[in-house]
Amino acid sequence: MKYYIKYDINVSCKKIIQDHMTRLQLKHLYLGLGLLEIEEVISDEKLTQLNSELSLYGIEIVENSKSQLVQKIKEIIIDMVYKEEKLPVSKISAYLADKLNHSYGYISNLFSELTFTSIENFIILQKIERAKQLITTNEFNFTEISFKLNYSSVAHFSTQFKNATGLTPSAFQRIIKKRQDNLLG
Amino acid sequence: MNQHPIRILLADDDEDDVFFFKDAFLEIKIKTEVNSVKDGVALMEYLNSPNDPIPHVLFLDLNMPKKNGIDCLKEIKQNVRLKDIAIVIYSTSASDEDIEETFVQGANVYLKKPSNFNTLKKVLSQVISINWQYQTSGLNRDNFLLQL
Repeated sequence: MKYYIKYDINVSCKKIIQDHMTRLQLKHLYLGLGLLEIEEVISDEKLTQLNSELSLYGIEIVENSKSQLVQKIKEIIIDMVYKEEKLPVSKISAYLADKLNHSYGYISNLFSELTFTSIENFIILQKIERAKQLITTNEFNFTEISFKLNYSSVAHFSTQFKNATGLTPSAFQRIIKKRQDNLLG
Repeated sequence: MNQHPIRILLADDDEDDVFFFKDAFLEIKIKTEVNSVKDGVALMEYLNSPNDPIPHVLFLDLNMPKKNGIDCLKEIKQNVRLKDIAIVIYSTSASDEDIEETFVQGANVYLKKPSNFNTLKKVLSQVISINWQYQTSGLNRDNFLLQL
């Protein structure tokens, strides 16, 4: 008796990776599209072990120094936006160059090449993301949010929010509220 | 950069719009794979068929024969298997009510069909690039709202 089988390669791949990562006790996040985030520093030994286990399934971890540098840039930016109350906006280029030991021109070109966006846009995206989070908690008004994210005024914040999302902060807040009400029935 | 193509599905009954849409993607540098369906019923069949991989991004016309865009949107959002698809409303109209209603129902992007090809390329590239950031930078999809 012969049977046909159906399979979803994405599901299989995700499951295999998750099982192996869990067994090696590595905190991780499978982001889809072949992107795996390991949420801790992984020793060379463990990485080799993981790679040899996964290679049985035809899966390979691509280690690419350029992608890793881009990842570091993202982490530094996200860190700046989330952890510090005041952002050194004017000094971001010098700050990145200093932290990563490359010229800003190199960093910025590499970033655009690999992420399809510029560092400047990425920073705005992250600031707006943070603003969205703060808006949805309903804990702060727009003036407080502008101040937290180092905008010179609420008007400046609203303009940048509108440019980035096409919506005003209050329209965004209203839609998210309605969505939540909708989900609750 | 070596990247898996982003799967894009367009649901639109206007053949000219479909043609220009596919053409625009040929000139965008992010690697994509574009398919299309002609009406709402065909769309739901495509999405529910286990043989067709689920698209990453769905462009949805509101006025379609057999089943309209809003009904499709509601159905997709209620389906556990489909609810994470990024949904772009792709419509000729842009009334405030339509925009707000589709966002509330779970759409991520509201894109008014541009009248010229260069603008089309520009906005499509913008949508795909922002969606890419959502896929790769750990942003919260629940807060992904964009109007163009």
